[in-house]
Amino acid sequence: MTDTAAHRDPAAFREPGAARALLDAIRRRAAARRRREPLRLMEFCGGHTHAIMRYGIREALVPDVRLLSGPGCPVCVTADADIDAAIAMASLPGVAVATFGDMVRVPGTRSSLQEARAAGADVHVVYSALDAMDLARRRPELKVVMLGIGFETTAPTVAAVLEAARAEGLGNLSVYSMHKLTPPAMRAILEAGEACLDGIIGPGHVTAITGWRAWEFLPAEYGLPCAVSGFEPLDMLYAIEQLVTAAVDGEPRVVNAYRRGVTAEGNRVAQALLGRVFEPANAEWRGLGVVPGSGLALRPAYAAHDARRLFELPAPAGGRTAEERGCRCGEVLRGAIEPPECPLFGRACTPAQPVGPCMVSGEGSCAAYYRYGGASRP
Amino acid sequence: MSDDIILLAHGSGGLLSQELVEQVFLPHLGRPAGALEDATEIALGPGRVVMTTDGYVVRPIAFPGGDIGKLAVCGTVNDLAMRGARPLYLTAAFIIEEGLPLEELDRIVASMAAAAAQAGVRVVAGDTKVVERGGVDRLFITTAGVGVVPEGVCISAAGARPGDVVLVSGAMGDHGLAIMTQREGLRFQSPLRSDCAPLNGLVADMLAAGGGAIHVLRDPTRGGLATALNELAAASEVSIAIDEDAVPVHDAVRVASELLGLDPLYVANEGKLVAIVAPEAAEAVLAAMRAQPLGAEAAAIGDVRAAERSRVVLRTPLGTHRLLDMLAGEQLPRIC
Amino acid sequence: MCLAIPLRIAAIDGHLATVEMSGVMRQVSLALTPEARVGDYVLVHAGFAINVVDEAEARETLALFAKIEAAGRRAASGSPANDGAPEPGTDERL
Repeated sequence: MTDTAAHRDPAAFREPGAARALLDAIRRRAAARRRREPLRLMEFCGGHTHAIMRYGIREALVPDVRLLSGPGCPVCVTADADIDAAIAMASLPGVAVATFGDMVRVPGTRSSLQEARAAGADVHVVYSALDAMDLARRRPELKVVMLGIGFETTAPTVAAVLEAARAEGLGNLSVYSMHKLTPPAMRAILEAGEACLDGIIGPGHVTAITGWRAWEFLPAEYGLPCAVSGFEPLDMLYAIEQLVTAAVDGEPRVVNAYRRGVTAEGNRVAQALLGRVFEPANAEWRGLGVVPGSGLALRPAYAAHDARRLFELPAPAGGRTAEERGCRCGEVLRGAIEPPECPLFGRACTPAQPVGPCMVSGEGSCAAYYRYGGASRP
Repeated sequence: MSDDIILLAHGSGGLLSQELVEQVFLPHLGRPAGALEDATEIALGPGRVVMTTDGYVVRPIAFPGGDIGKLAVCGTVNDLAMRGARPLYLTAAFIIEEGLPLEELDRIVASMAAAAAQAGVRVVAGDTKVVERGGVDRLFITTAGVGVVPEGVCISAAGARPGDVVLVSGAMGDHGLAIMTQREGLRFQSPLRSDCAPLNGLVADMLAAGGGAIHVLRDPTRGGLATALNELAAASEVSIAIDEDAVPVHDAVRVASELLGLDPLYVANEGKLVAIVAPEAAEAVLAAMRAQPLGAEAAAIGDVRAAERSRVVLRTPLGTHRLLDMLAGEQLPRIC
Repeated sequence: MCLAIPLRIAAIDGHLATVEMSGVMRQVSLALTPEARVGDYVLVHAGFAINVVDEAEARETLALFAKIEAAGRRAASGSPANDGAPEPGTDERL
């Protein structure tokens, strides 16, 4: 039954018979409650939004379970001011900005990195912070700024590069940190009280770093169950099934439904690295405002590589933030509304002409809804 | 020739221009019988005449499986073949960045000649311009192509009918992923090669097997299979239902796509076609495709349905369904 | 977040590993997973291995899914054995 090589084959985690059985189990458990309204589960991971949409899981669970998308897309939650700063740095002579691909289309108050590049700014799309380091080594005359975007999964990779850069005295590499932490964002959403959740799908690869104990505060302080999920469709369906079971049982707990990737304590090496290079700071999240202690700033020892200290950037004038244009990404991110409830959705705001980042990033709630949601499109 | 580079003078029409034509273009692309004229006389024979034009700006200009020259010839030939035409003549205009090594230009023109020979077409007219460094990215090629559609063949994007079967000639995503893995910052080692190839031979075999039952042909280039299907569904005012499991994708393409967060259904192909055929001819056409080297992995992937609003629906490996939308903007490698 | 896929380590040179799958290869950093060995499967994200995949757990997970699939088939064919849900004891309670 379990062939020795099968566990390495992604197709084994997409087997339709098991998917059907899990979907049936989810529906049956959800329907067995006295309440008629659907169970509300929120995921905090762009990769989960993507997988749910790609495999049609959302539609398959209606009407018993409603899946909401929280602020799990690091590009989506980047504040206008940070995007404006990135554009300003990229437009300075002698400066090259290195960024993950998802970021280039995000609109700031006036422009995007993509548009700035068309106007002559030096912008490099990279797959890894290591590539930014390579660029800095190859081009000593350039000041290379790596845009540090991402949560606990990506931040350690940038930390590793910073530690190496400092050790080798690579003076022309700096990082503009926009890294953010997931637990404070979850708390902010739960404190806001709009989402009315029955459970949380835990981000699988963030948890690979943090360990599943990081989510124990959810049952302990909020009475909410959390199932940490992988990214293959069977992983997600299994996690949702476990979550629904816990929600219906009324016994909130953390379930590790991604045991091959996640442990209780997480990646200690990565956590230690984070601690050496970064310290918690306040951070502005699009749609949530400033969330205390939710960001990562470079420690003073890394001042020579901290783009926030190295560059004095003029405040951009004359542009309008997405919210000023009518964008309701914030409410989408807080789980207060679904994308189609935003008046700009599908009209003034489409993947081709995005207003807010939720439509720009392919994994953003609005873009995913637009591409895969079908039925709800105007 | 090994140290020589293209200079602005090569494009100015004087001695150096002539040398370039004599030493690079004519030896590979063929010398005319008489004098070099400003315009070439061509004979087309009976049938409806079709024409096409294309610009090629791919970066890098040489990649595993081909180069910009091969791409230019195959792309133009394929545009003609997708109307069921027999491609006959091509033209090629080169806009070259000064500093391009002559050796590289020579290799690319040789590549074009080889592709043209494989397709059975002749490049009958050309032009060269040279611009300053930075004026273009190394080399751009613009082509025109002309061909003849045989009697009784009527292939159009608007030709799909409810009940028709959708076929693809092979695996999706090879070309685009091969190019992307060569780009700066995304370096991989992989067996990925562009599938760049002229499809007119395959189309001729398909027409011999299916004739008028072949309603639509389209090569899924920029935007990939998903984009092509959406365009066809809109043009024919129908819906198309595709089974994701039935679409062939090479393992290496799958892995590279997953690493970069891309979807092979949206990645460009340069040696594949989509055919929409009447159901009674589907088996025969598929067999004819599989008998050809460029169609060895051909597969039936879905069907056409009547619909109020034209759309493309995908049945996922789980058995659920989702809408396969048009590509909005460039597919970007993502980390999330 | 985040996009990470399991790839096999084919070779290690210092803290750089060559990972591969189906012929696709890339160098990734083992700075976050210094314990990784050749032959291990690692989750690769943004050029780094972020965790070593626990193969025993992977096999168990697949076995679990196979049980679920079988139970679902029995339920669909009307067998009274169980209702297709995962059996108690296979739940990942902590």
